[in-house]
Amino acid sequence: MSGWKKHLPGLAGALFSIAIFLGFWLFISYGNRFWFKWFNPILLPTPMEVLQAGVNSYRSGDLQRDIWASLSRVFQGFALASVAGVFLGVAVGTWKPLERLVEPMVEMLRPIPPLAFLPMMVLWFGIGELSKIAFITYAAFFPIFTTTLEGIKYVDPLLIRAASSLGASRMDMFRHVVLPAALPAIITGLRLGFGLSFFVIVAAEFIAADSGLGYLINDARTFFLVSQMLMGAAVIGIIGFFVNVGLRALEGRLLRWRVSVRA
Amino acid sequence: MDIATSLDAAPDLAMRPTKISIRGVGKVFGDNVALEKVDLDLPENSFTCLLGPSGCGKSTLLNMIAGFLKPSSGQILVDGKEVTAPGADRGVVFQEYALFPWRTALDNVCFGPMLKGKSKSEQRAIAMKHLATVGLAGHEQKYPGNLSGGMKQRVAIARALANDPSVLLMDEPFGALDAQTREVLQEEMLRIWEQDRKTVVFVTHSISEAIFLADRIVVMGTRPGCVKEVVDPQLSHPRERTDADFIALERHLKHLVRAEVQKLGVH
Ligand SMILES: Nc1ncnc2c1ncn2[C@@H]1O[C@H](COP(=O)(O)OP(=O)(O)OP(=O)(O)O)[C@@H](O)[C@H]1O
Ligand SMILES: [Mg+2]
Repeated sequence: MSGWKKHLPGLAGALFSIAIFLGFWLFISYGNRFWFKWFNPILLPTPMEVLQAGVNSYRSGDLQRDIWASLSRVFQGFALASVAGVFLGVAVGTWKPLERLVEPMVEMLRPIPPLAFLPMMVLWFGIGELSKIAFITYAAFFPIFTTTLEGIKYVDPLLIRAASSLGASRMDMFRHVVLPAALPAIITGLRLGFGLSFFVIVAAEFIAADSGLGYLINDARTFFLVSQMLMGAAVIGIIGFFVNVGLRALEGRLLRWRVSVRA
Repeated sequence: MDIATSLDAAPDLAMRPTKISIRGVGKVFGDNVALEKVDLDLPENSFTCLLGPSGCGKSTLLNMIAGFLKPSSGQILVDGKEVTAPGADRGVVFQEYALFPWRTALDNVCFGPMLKGKSKSEQRAIAMKHLATVGLAGHEQKYPGNLSGGMKQRVAIARALANDPSVLLMDEPFGALDAQTREVLQEEMLRIWEQDRKTVVFVTHSISEAIFLADRIVVMGTRPGCVKEVVDPQLSHPRERTDADFIALERHLKHLVRAEVQKLGVH
C-alpha cells in the first residue's frame, strides 16, 4: 500500500509549519532573555523548559492523573450528551408536534454561553464529578441536537419520493432513507459536541476541581509556574488533535461513499 | 431482436385495454391554475410522451399519476383503481436521478427487492440482471458520486425496472445528458420497453425524442395547462430521424409547440 506516501508532502508541510512556530517562540524567548529584554523572562519560558515541565509532571504521576481525570469527565459527559442529543434530535425531527414544542425552548437556551450556568451547576451538584459531567452534557448537547435535527429535517425530498415509489413504508423510509441521509450531519454534530466538551471542561476545572488539566493550569498559576501552565495547554492541544484525527478517520469509514466523491 | 416486426404484431392502440385513465383532472397551486380538465386514456403497454413548453404542467401531471401530488379536481385511475399515494406498481425515473448516494449502484438497484423482503442473494441476482440490461455490468460496486450522468440515469432506470412495476413514469430522464448519450439511452429505452412491455409515460421537451420513442404523443398547451392534441405516430421502429414521415411529423409538432410558446411570450 502506498496510502501513507500520498500524505507525505502534507506531513512534511505540517512539520515545517510547526518547526517555524517553535523557532519563532524560541527566538522571542531567548532573544528577550539575552538581548532585547522587553519583559520579565519568567513570563515566557522556552519550548525546552515546557517539555521539561511535562517530563517532571509525568515522573511525579500528576500529569497522567490529570489527563485521566479530564478525559473521563469528557467521555462521560459527551456520551450522555450524544445519547440525549441524537435521540431527541431524531424524535423532534420526525414528529412535528414535538418540534413545535421543543424548538422554541432550545432556541431560547442555545444563545446563552454554557459557561454562564457553570456557577449554578456547582451550587446544584457540588464540586464533585457530577457538576462537571452535568456541565459537559449540557454544553455538548446543543450542537449534537441541532445538527441531528437539521440532518433529519432536510433530507432531500426527491429521495423520499424515489423511495416511496419503490414501495417504502414509513418505517422503511426512516431506516433506509432518513437515517442514512442524516448520518453525515449527525457525525458532524458529534464532532462539534466533542470539541465543545473539551473546550468547557478546562474552564470548569479552573473553577471547581482538584484534578484535571484545567486544575493543573490553574494550580500552576497560583505558584507562578509559567512553563507548567504552557505545558498544560500543550497537552490539551495534543490530545485534542489526536481525538480529532481519530474521529475523522471514523467519519471517513462510516461515510465511505462521501469520501469517494471527493477522490 | 427485430423491433419493427414485433411492434407490428402488437394490437392497435385503440384496441388495447386502458391502463391509466385520467378523468377531468385539474390542479391548482394557490391561485395558479397549473392544469385544467385533462382527459386522457393510456392503453396497456403503450409508450406515451408528454410534450410541451416549460410550465405547461407535464411534471405536475406525471407527479399526480405517481401519487406524489393529489389532483384538485377529477381523478386518476390505474388498473381501474384511484391513485391516492405512491406505490411500487408505478416506478419513477427522475431527471435528477435521485439515487441514494450512500448505496452502491448494486445496492441502489436492490432497494425495491429489499423492501419486498427478498433474500440477499435474490436481491443481488435481480440487481445484477437489471444492471446488465442497462449496460452497467462491471460497475456494480461504484457509488453514484463516481458515476457519470448517463451512468447514473442507467442505474436509476435499472432500479425502477428491478421493482417490476407495470407503469414506468419518466420525467425528462435524459434532459441533463449530452446529445450522444441521450440517443444511445433512447435506443436502449426502446429495447427495454420492447422486452418488458410496460406502460411508459415519458415527459420531454424534445420533439424528436418524442417522435423517436412514442406510440402516443400528447401535446400540451399552456395557461392554463391542458391537452392540445394527441398524435399516434404510425411509423415503424426503428425510426429514422431523416425519414420523410419523421420530418413531416416533426414539423407539425413544432408548429403546435411554438404556438404555445408564443402565447407565453405575449402574456
Ligand atoms: N409545488 C408547486 N407550487 C406552486 N406552483 C407549482 C408547483 N409545482 C408546479 N407549479 C406550477 O405549475 C405549473 C406547471 O409546472 P410543471 O412543473 O408541471 O411544468 P412542466 O411542464 O413540468 O415544466 P418544465 O418543462 O419546465 O419541467 C407552473 O406554472 C409551475 O409554476
Ligand atoms: Mg417538469
